[in-house]
Amino acid sequence: MTVWKYGDNINTDMLFPGKYTYTCSTAEEIRPHLLEDLDPSFARNVKEGDLIFAGKNFGCGSSREQPVLGLKTVGIAAVVAGSFARIFYRSSINQGLLLIECPEAVKAYRSGDRVWLDLEKGTISIGSETFSFPKLPKEILAIRDVGGLLPYTRQKLRQKKKK
Amino acid sequence: MGLTFAEKILAKYAGAKKVEPGQIVTIKPDHLLMHDNAAPIISKIQPELKEYGIFSKDLPVIVLDHVIPAAAEKNALQHKQIREFVRTYKIKHFFDVGCGVCHQIIIEKGLALPGTVLLGSDSHTCSYGAVGAFSSGIDRTEAAALLLTGETWLKVPQSLKITLKGQMQRWVTAKDVILSIIGDVSASGADYCSVEFHGNVAQFSVDDRFTMANMGVEMGAKNAMFSVDGRTTRYLTSIGVSKSKYKPVNPDTDAIYERELTYNLTTIGPVVAVPHSVDKVKKIKDVEGIEIQQCLLGTCTNGRLSDFKIAAKILKKKTVHQNVRLLVLPASRKIYLDAVKEGYIQTLIEAGGTVLPPGCGPCLGAHQGCLAPGERCLSTSNRNFKGRMGCNEAEIYLASPATVAASAIHGKITDPRKEART
Repeated sequence: MTVWKYGDNINTDMLFPGKYTYTCSTAEEIRPHLLEDLDPSFARNVKEGDLIFAGKNFGCGSSREQPVLGLKTVGIAAVVAGSFARIFYRSSINQGLLLIECPEAVKAYRSGDRVWLDLEKGTISIGSETFSFPKLPKEILAIRDVGGLLPYTRQKLRQKKKK
Repeated sequence: MGLTFAEKILAKYAGAKKVEPGQIVTIKPDHLLMHDNAAPIISKIQPELKEYGIFSKDLPVIVLDHVIPAAAEKNALQHKQIREFVRTYKIKHFFDVGCGVCHQIIIEKGLALPGTVLLGSDSHTCSYGAVGAFSSGIDRTEAAALLLTGETWLKVPQSLKITLKGQMQRWVTAKDVILSIIGDVSASGADYCSVEFHGNVAQFSVDDRFTMANMGVEMGAKNAMFSVDGRTTRYLTSIGVSKSKYKPVNPDTDAIYERELTYNLTTIGPVVAVPHSVDKVKKIKDVEGIEIQQCLLGTCTNGRLSDFKIAAKILKKKTVHQNVRLLVLPASRKIYLDAVKEGYIQTLIEAGGTVLPPGCGPCLGAHQGCLAPGERCLSTSNRNFKGRMGCNEAEIYLASPATVAASAIHGKITDPRKEART
């Protein structure tokens, strides 16, 4: 597992350049351009189960969802950041990408540290230190638990039709 | 104890007496905005659309603005798919290529009214707080779900009250004000917050308020708003929306805010946001003389009649510097036409400007006005992120229409107050 470490205010243009937003929408189209203007080595080397650690306001900028969809597709296990921009945060719930808001964990992490996530308890361990992160409200967990907003919406529509 | 704008309007839409920050509510927005991204949105839910249809043909507003006229076959095909969708589902509010930028259209056509809620699959959806609406950006997937169900969840945000005192100085604009605020609070300073502008705001026209609400998202805000006053109602009357058509929701005077900030407008001068972040804001004297190769005058942030008026005033009988391309991008066809009638467009063209079709154009690097490595653009748009105008080795500086016009003449960043004197 690799931890990809980035700074504050990583915006959606860095995660997926605006010039491709109306030509690339599918996972295969998105993948090669992921983080293109931030870290060209990312798309080549990222592996399933990798983590991203970043500073505050991760995902600020545009509402484009290619960054979220792309990170989910390449198998990023979680993005751990000081804070997230709200559209990105919301989009991650919709796509089922795990985000962990934990500035203490980001601060504690040093290259090579072992990282351990416990979603049940809501904790992240960096080396020998363990930090708690807030759990999602039940209304939002309901969306995540069925795999994202579209499966959730399908379920809702089916239930409505039955009635 | 009073309520903030967000608390008041979300309580109204949730059917609750009172809501508190942090609470999750389910709401039905009045409108859902989509643009060229309507094509990927509807392609996500083809089977569901066939089985269940859309929630309401009045809910969606679709404006083709991002890559217009189509730059390539792929864009043309997306536009075609959208037009077919509009016909099949009898979508009531559709604006084809050339009408303008979605956010301008929503306000200009009276689709955002005081006291209403709008969501849109574009981050600058927060613009409609200019007329006292609650509006916020969402992603494509959520827009798809809303098309089918008409409802979604929202977390009631905490509110940030920004009080503006004093008077704006001559040649200083609302853009300088909002850039100064963002420079102070930072790009994450209003994350998840509802931003309210208070104080001496009667001096701001609806155009000015649009510019400021539009950039709310650049400090992380969920929405940004001005209370409805005489200027709002006069504007709405001018576009044919009478007072009986809407019921304003204004924050209570004794509302409790998470944070309050005060700025003195009298001390704000022209400013410029330097690469590659909107909150890297410098006083003009600190960046004067930086050479530029492109100037972008327009977009949903600053492509309105008052913006072209001030630019035309500065560029009248002047010539754009030989090393500069001045791109003029009206926010809508109506504004374009009005600017033609007023003679502003003629002035800008005579000075050496190139007028682009009303739309998003170079702002996001998807179509026209792309920069080359090593080039710098001074723009009235809202983002200066690396790579934003199509090239990650170019630089984007953000400023007011007055600063962009003055700088276009000299080929370098110029204080509009000095140019206006000559």
